[in-house]
Amino acid sequence: MNNNDLLNLIDITVSFEGFLALNKLNLNLEKGELRAVIGPNGAGKTTFLDVITGKVKPTKGEVIFKGKSLVGRKEHKIARLGVGRKFQSPRIFENLTVKENLEISVTTPKSPLNLINKSIKGEQLNEIERLLKIVNLAQKVDSKAGSLSHGQKQWLEIAMLVGQKPDLMLVDEPVAGLTDEETDLTADLLKSLSGENTVVVIDHDMEFIRRLDSNVSVLNQGTVLCEGTMETIQKDKKVIDVYLGRPED
Amino acid sequence: MSFSKIKFDKKIVLSFWIILIALIIAAPTLLPVFRLNLLGRYLSLSIVALGVDLIWGYTGLLSLGQGIFFALGGYCAAMYLQITSSSEFPNNIPEFFALYGVEKLPFFWEPFRSPVFTFFAIWIIPALVAGLIGFLVFRNRIKGVYFSILTQASLLVFFNFFNGQQKLINGTNGLKTDVTELFGQMVGSESMQRLFFWVTAILVIASWFFAKWVVKGRFGNILIGIRDDEPRVRFTGYNPVIFKTIIFSIAGGLAGISGALYTVQSGIVSPQFMTVPFSIEMVIWVAVGGRGTLLGAILGAVFINYAKSLVSEALPASWMFIQGGLFILVVTALPEGVLGWMQGDGPRNLLQRFGLKRKIETYPSLEVNNKEGNNE
Repeated sequence: MNNNDLLNLIDITVSFEGFLALNKLNLNLEKGELRAVIGPNGAGKTTFLDVITGKVKPTKGEVIFKGKSLVGRKEHKIARLGVGRKFQSPRIFENLTVKENLEISVTTPKSPLNLINKSIKGEQLNEIERLLKIVNLAQKVDSKAGSLSHGQKQWLEIAMLVGQKPDLMLVDEPVAGLTDEETDLTADLLKSLSGENTVVVIDHDMEFIRRLDSNVSVLNQGTVLCEGTMETIQKDKKVIDVYLGRPED
Repeated sequence: MSFSKIKFDKKIVLSFWIILIALIIAAPTLLPVFRLNLLGRYLSLSIVALGVDLIWGYTGLLSLGQGIFFALGGYCAAMYLQITSSSEFPNNIPEFFALYGVEKLPFFWEPFRSPVFTFFAIWIIPALVAGLIGFLVFRNRIKGVYFSILTQASLLVFFNFFNGQQKLINGTNGLKTDVTELFGQMVGSESMQRLFFWVTAILVIASWFFAKWVVKGRFGNILIGIRDDEPRVRFTGYNPVIFKTIIFSIAGGLAGISGALYTVQSGIVSPQFMTVPFSIEMVIWVAVGGRGTLLGAILGAVFINYAKSLVSEALPASWMFIQGGLFILVVTALPEGVLGWMQGDGPRNLLQRFGLKRKIETYPSLEVNNKEGNNE
């Protein structure tokens, strides 16, 4: 742990009625870092995000974000502290338009009184315009989000994530179901976001992870198996055993 | 595109309003007082339906306990009317107390001597009770069918409590209002009923505009967000508990106003307002009219109730079957209600079924490409 860390997970254990979804997991993230997290099914990748965002309370251990403990805080409070999350399957508000979706994400403060009394601020409208350009949805601004294609939905959710201006972005499988071209664009987008923001990407797609060109943490059975660059982990014997698979003899 | 709205021409909207206002002004002279009174009662029910639409249609909270707040509003109005008209009775307290040997007015009746207090109590008390129940339920993340069951259970608790309190509020007999006086006139008199009709009509329109104001813009979008994906709203930094408590409280306040108007026009408030079927009927009005449309709630409440009285006059005892059938029809064939169906693709699909061709929505560029494709 050092001063430059944005997030520290210390000995996190999550037990679902005896089943250890996470087992003494330790992970540190530096400010501005882009980190990829991979691991086989059931390794605890989504539970790991659930613990950070407050959906699941760890049985043991500590989550320190910007020097504050997140354990026991409500989800919306954690979100307001600066943790944003993109879900595995795109979770956008399908009955609202693209613009309304983005309004929900960029609005601050997020109190009922502010929402019902005041109209949206000019700077927030500018932010929406900017986001629409980044994710290429400017022409769809008044369409119902439910009418977008799968790729566009993924991008809208990423735009909503960025619009929340979180210090830490947790991105769960952003390229599931995207075309190769969209995958490449997404990788570039996430890379450009890091630096200013800290980004954690969870994915299965090795090509995509390689393109992110970042440090990789490999999860297995609820704990961090190995950390390092893509080259290092690809040579790691433990990783090969559990995840990448041994070459056929 | 289930919630898309038809854009009406401004002239059509304007003429609609002129006709509507003309009808409201003319109704008391056109209709016999019996029919007018029925219409007034059904219009007042449309206010509670608006509340149901806000919490169910927009926010996804299916409350089966709106009768609680409806009855509370009714009791507030009736208590005021009873106490201000009790000067000739023993001890200057409402007549029914004498039946149970009560000589001193229970303390909570006292503030209802004041018309100002009553005016606010009619909507603030139900709104506070709804806010309290709502907050406790929502804070514990009780939702879906458990929320519905809980609201129904609360309804039964209130029903049984009110039923048993003869010495406080005349228990199961309820409080009569038609022989009380307001502004020196009998509440049940023809001129007063005419006045109540106008008050109701104005309040229905006012409530409708208020509800529209609540759901327009970002506040309403958060409500829809909570309905469709509550955890997502939470992870975006909003606290759904507050939003749900506010909207449930608003629906409670509307129910209170509705209950008060209904009470003065039907002449009595009693625990019967808190029976289980009545609160379920409120949900049916909204389901049939169209969830999430507001106007559908008003139309549903008025038309179903009017149909109920017409059918009951012609074929007594058959109404329950018709109402049940209507509900099944809506759930299976028109899940978005009549208005939702009209605003959606319903009419076009129907025309198509009768052999009329339906225009396919497509991108202009696609059509151009197709032509190019044919040329090749």
